[in-house]
Amino acid sequence: MISIENLNIFFGHGQTRSHAVKDVGFTVEKGESFGLVGESGSGKSTVLNCIAGLLTHWSGHMEIDGVRLTQTRDMAFYRKVQMVFQDPYGSLHPRHTIDRTLKEPVKIHRLGDANQRVAQVLEEVGLGAKFRFRFPHQLSGGQRQRVAVARALILDPEVILLDEPTSALDVSIQAEVLNLLQDIRKEKNLTYLLVSHDLAVVCHMCNRLLVMNRGKSVETLTRSQLKRGAISEKYTKQLLIASKGYDRTAIDQFQDFE
Amino acid sequence: MTKQALKQPVRILVMLSTTFLGLLLITFLIGRVVPIDPVLAVVGDKALPQVYEKARIAMGLDLPLWKQFFIYISNVLTGDFGTSVLTANPVIDDILRVFPATFELAITATVIGVLAGIPLGIFSAVKRDSFLDHVTRVIGLFGYSLPIFWLGLMGLMFFYARLDLLPGPGRVDVFYEGIVTPVTGFLTLDSMIAGEWEIFRNAVYHLILPASLLGYYSMAYLSRMTRSFMIEQLGQEYILTARVKGVKEWKVIWGHALGNCAIPLITVIALGFGTLLEGSVLTETVFAWPGLGLYLTNSLLNADMNAVLGCTIVVGAIFLGVNLFSDFLYKIMDPRAR
Repeated sequence: MISIENLNIFFGHGQTRSHAVKDVGFTVEKGESFGLVGESGSGKSTVLNCIAGLLTHWSGHMEIDGVRLTQTRDMAFYRKVQMVFQDPYGSLHPRHTIDRTLKEPVKIHRLGDANQRVAQVLEEVGLGAKFRFRFPHQLSGGQRQRVAVARALILDPEVILLDEPTSALDVSIQAEVLNLLQDIRKEKNLTYLLVSHDLAVVCHMCNRLLVMNRGKSVETLTRSQLKRGAISEKYTKQLLIASKGYDRTAIDQFQDFE
Repeated sequence: MTKQALKQPVRILVMLSTTFLGLLLITFLIGRVVPIDPVLAVVGDKALPQVYEKARIAMGLDLPLWKQFFIYISNVLTGDFGTSVLTANPVIDDILRVFPATFELAITATVIGVLAGIPLGIFSAVKRDSFLDHVTRVIGLFGYSLPIFWLGLMGLMFFYARLDLLPGPGRVDVFYEGIVTPVTGFLTLDSMIAGEWEIFRNAVYHLILPASLLGYYSMAYLSRMTRSFMIEQLGQEYILTARVKGVKEWKVIWGHALGNCAIPLITVIALGFGTLLEGSVLTETVFAWPGLGLYLTNSLLNADMNAVLGCTIVVGAIFLGVNLFSDFLYKIMDPRAR
């Protein structure tokens, strides 16, 4: 469903140009959930933004469902690929009601039956009709992220790009949203590309994952390999130790990987 | 109406009254501490001591200060700002006569500022750090930094004296003055109503230079503020959301981002408009524009304290009104402020 080869992404021009992503490649099968893992600044969200067409300074080969991607995206792309962002407070238009936020993509893509679609998608994400005419500031963080998921689902996409969808939520709400995303994927046979710095989240959500560091691929692992600790790269081992919580002795032995 | 619904207007009313009372107290105290003898300004420096004393009692200046303040408040609240020494008219009549000229100039300048400044600011934010952004910012910086009276003089020198493209100072040429009967006080509108198209054309020509200069100043400030608000909004995630929804880029900029910039921009425009309404003192002086600014300048130069304090109160009241209006718009436009 998703095929990425030799992806290079750049920011800036001339002397200030930085090479944010270097020769990254991976494939994701239809219906699969694939994770991109790494610490802050590793380039994982940049890859996601690039696939979504939010960045244009890139080179390499990207395909979605057999269609090669260019620097610009058409409407058909956004019907097929949708994205959920990290910040449930910032990703919804503050002056639009939930109803307006959800209807906008339906109108843009001329799908018709907007009222029916909004009601249905709100049910799917576990929000009732009472939330429909509220503004984002009248909802909790978890409810807003459900609206963000609903907004992505309303176009019936095949691929959803998830950019740390639970990192801004309380721990108790995180599990709710993750389970909701899991259920929806199974029900609709969606393909997920999930970015997270949290290995536990990726282990829960994804079949396979790619570890990234400083814009480069480190290694690809399956969920069972991760669970068993069958890791070959030192960097991944270090990331796994770090994800288990604060341990002064372990941190003192950490290396800086180029 | 519920108790809760009544709370808000009562709170606003209390706030406005307190601020206005503070304004009155300050203007009253200024009137008492400036080294100008209001009695002498009325009777003249050659008046006999008995005449002087009689006038002082008649003006209530022999009363204790707190009593004078209460009399002052009750006079102001009934629209009595005293009589102008300079024109011998009630100050309120003078203000009502000159204010429309300032209002006409301020509205035109604000329209120019908004129409030019906001698109320029948006353009600058969207093309951030490009060559055109730098050019736009330099134009804005000049407008905001150059003294407006100097620009006015330069404008008059080039467009009036050298090129003879635009008329000189005043609202209208001397031979057209006093022909049109004031209805709205706006010379352009009044001449239209009267069907005096020649005067209308002349009034518009006279308006172009001062309004463009004030508009340039307003544009400079607005474009800088718009740029900064837009850059902030364009970095928000809801903008990325709009893009992945498939919203066209022009709609993302003009609909989503500008829609949210509009809220702080309203405050900036309203305060800028308030500043222009208070009488652009220097511009009106340079262009001999018979508005509040020129009236205030002449009153100051002639130690006409009643007129100066009257104008100060009007300016303060305008600012209070403009602030109230922008708060009201804020509440309409932003659901979070309701």
